[in-house]
Amino acid sequence: MDGFHDLGGFQGFGKVPHTINSLSYKQVFKQDWEHLAYSLMFIGVDHLKKFSVDEVRHAVERLDVRQHVGTQYYERYIIATATLLVETGVITQAELDEALGSHFKLANPAHAGGRQAITGRPPFEVGDRVVVRDEYVAGHIRMPAYVRGKEGVILHRTSEQWPFPDAIGHGDVSAAHQPTYHVEFRVKDLWGDAADDGFVVVDLFESYLDKAPSAKAVNA
Amino acid sequence: MNTDEKTTSTPGERARALFQVLKQKELIPAGYIEQLTQLMAHDWSPENGARVVAKAWVDPQFRELLLKDGTAACAQFGYTGPQGEYIVALEDTPTLKNVIVCSLCSCTNWPVLGLPPEWYKGFEFRARLVREGRTVLRELGTELPEGATIKVWDTSAESRYLVLPVRPEGSEGMDEEALRALITKDVLIGVALPQVA
Repeated sequence: MDGFHDLGGFQGFGKVPHTINSLSYKQVFKQDWEHLAYSLMFIGVDHLKKFSVDEVRHAVERLDVRQHVGTQYYERYIIATATLLVETGVITQAELDEALGSHFKLANPAHAGGRQAITGRPPFEVGDRVVVRDEYVAGHIRMPAYVRGKEGVILHRTSEQWPFPDAIGHGDVSAAHQPTYHVEFRVKDLWGDAADDGFVVVDLFESYLDKAPSAKAVNA
Repeated sequence: MNTDEKTTSTPGERARALFQVLKQKELIPAGYIEQLTQLMAHDWSPENGARVVAKAWVDPQFRELLLKDGTAACAQFGYTGPQGEYIVALEDTPTLKNVIVCSLCSCTNWPVLGLPPEWYKGFEFRARLVREGRTVLRELGTELPEGATIKVWDTSAESRYLVLPVRPEGSEGMDEEALRALITKDVLIGVALPQVA
């Protein structure tokens, strides 16, 4: 889905609040509840096996935009985990509200039911020029919008395969497994002159890609 | 209860409310949160990545393995587990600077780099790095040479990266342990270059 989470290239932000080699990271959890975010998420994913990490990502994406902008990072994972635990029937909204003493606002419902991977095509090879499919998906997808329809070159095909996010992200445990490709794009091809020069490499599932129309293999 | 009322609770109160509901249903195994928190807050650390890079600087065979199969190379140190299942090392050269980001959220090589820091997960870095790499690095305090190319790696699927920087000038006489001290979390992410003091 084209949501606020998909921030690559989004303009209007100021400086990154960091100076190199500051040691602020050494206190990993700054507030006494932050460790609960991933812990409770993994209780849902690994211990109860009620949902996948991909569904958690999608639940974060489903946060209402106005809410999303104002949340802290770990807070989003608390809300996403709570949302999925309610949606899978482990707990109820009423139980959350009662424990909180006020309304516990969850993420918005999914807008789509997910989709299947494209299968049966030959894999792409290192050096192939590929184009990212010009698709608009209402559900979960792990293709940053800034590469949609853009052409790049394959640097690497993973030796492992993973369930297609657009399916497993909606709870489809029969999702086809696919390799991903490290696809290199020229920054100028993404944003023209309104960008610094250089390259961006995006890790893209096979189903997000087609061979480029003028598909000449490039020697790496 | 009036569900139309404005949410007035704090993030911490909501986290504890969710914890409370799960605890009342006895769905939280004994020690589960404590064990995971130990991993997240202590065991997964950039000191792990520093060991990997320092070894690659002094041991050509290990360097070759790291670049060919980062997962196997890091597993030699025991750096495996969640978010470390497919590790790829990105080799800098004098004219190429690799930098890691996750524009969609926060995916990071947990066992080798540690959990991502706040600024890495923040909206500014995620939005700007892919588009204004050189500018963002300059603002953070890293000025790259004129001819150097920046390559930003967006962690948008299951590959988990670490940057293998160029061994800096002045480090020739240093042993592996001394080299480790040059390799910070920011060096492993790629926003900083290793510096000999």
